[in-house]
Amino acid sequence: MAKFNRKRKKASIGISTASLPDIVFMLLFFFMVATTMREVELKIELRNSDLPQATEIKKLEKKSLVSFIYVGKPKPNYQRLYGTEPRIQLNASFAEVSDIYEFILAERAKTDEAVVPLMTTSLKVHQDTKMGIVTDIKQELRKASALKINYSARKKI
Amino acid sequence: MAKREISEINAGSMADIAFLLLIFFLVTTTMDVDTGIARQLPPIPEDKAKTEAEINRRNIFIVLINAQDRLLVNGKPMNVEELKDKAKEFIKSDPNNPELPTMVETKIDGIPNPVLVSEGVISLQNDRGTTYKKYMEVQNELVKAYNELRDEAALQYFGKRRFDDLTEAEQEAVKKIYPQRISEAEPKNIGGKK
Repeated sequence: MAKFNRKRKKASIGISTASLPDIVFMLLFFFMVATTMREVELKIELRNSDLPQATEIKKLEKKSLVSFIYVGKPKPNYQRLYGTEPRIQLNASFAEVSDIYEFILAERAKTDEAVVPLMTTSLKVHQDTKMGIVTDIKQELRKASALKINYSARKKI
Repeated sequence: MAKREISEINAGSMADIAFLLLIFFLVTTTMDVDTGIARQLPPIPEDKAKTEAEINRRNIFIVLINAQDRLLVNGKPMNVEELKDKAKEFIKSDPNNPELPTMVETKIDGIPNPVLVSEGVISLQNDRGTTYKKYMEVQNELVKAYNELRDEAALQYFGKRRFDDLTEAEQEAVKKIYPQRISEAEPKNIGGKK
């Protein structure tokens, strides 16, 4: 028994970790390609399961040309300030309907003029929201002539 | 000069660096892809030239959604499930049926014979109290009606099962046969303030 043990100790060699970086780099590249940057921290309640369902959905192409408008109830820690009625969030802050015009113009100014007609506005709206606020947003978008829109929806299973 | 021995760079910490990067990307990125129904808003009319009254009555398909999320299609209550077939019947139209929209013979690039194209417009009106969920359901049904008809046209004229399989020029032709005309009326407040 003791003899066996001694023999075992002598034979143990460390596992070579030379290929570990390769493996980790492979994982790293996979995640870099397969994922997208998290856009903004949401101040409203809007999980993926809160989006309406649809079957005729298309992928949103060219992320750099898309501006997002979020609509939903403020999260509990913002409810004291902003109430529980659905609110609009543009970029990182709460906004009024009248701010959308400015927002679109600012987005447009950031973009190369040649691709301005391809710009899309994605509406991410909680499914329990009333249409009143959505209609107001649509009217503002028409005023800003941002006519290409995308109603964000998830696939109906 | 004597050749100096080149010492190898120690790559032991490479894994640590890579792990650090990996964890950074895991935390700051998300996996989900953004999807949705693409639509085009009508521009704000400069003059009120063509109001709905001027379009022939048989050429409009009116879909109303009230604050209780109920549907009224051409004056009759309807379930969302029936909407798609009704819309398809309307979009497709029939030259022999005086109830359905008028059709115009049009020459379309890529198709040898002139095709009858319907002049129908779907008018979608909703109340301020309609829920977004219901609105999206209706939008989805209407878009689905168009997509199914375009698939049918793809098979009929180009022998391909799906609209998405067509070449760009062929897609343009099919789009001309079934132009997507969903008009959303100027907002009205029918059901009172909510």
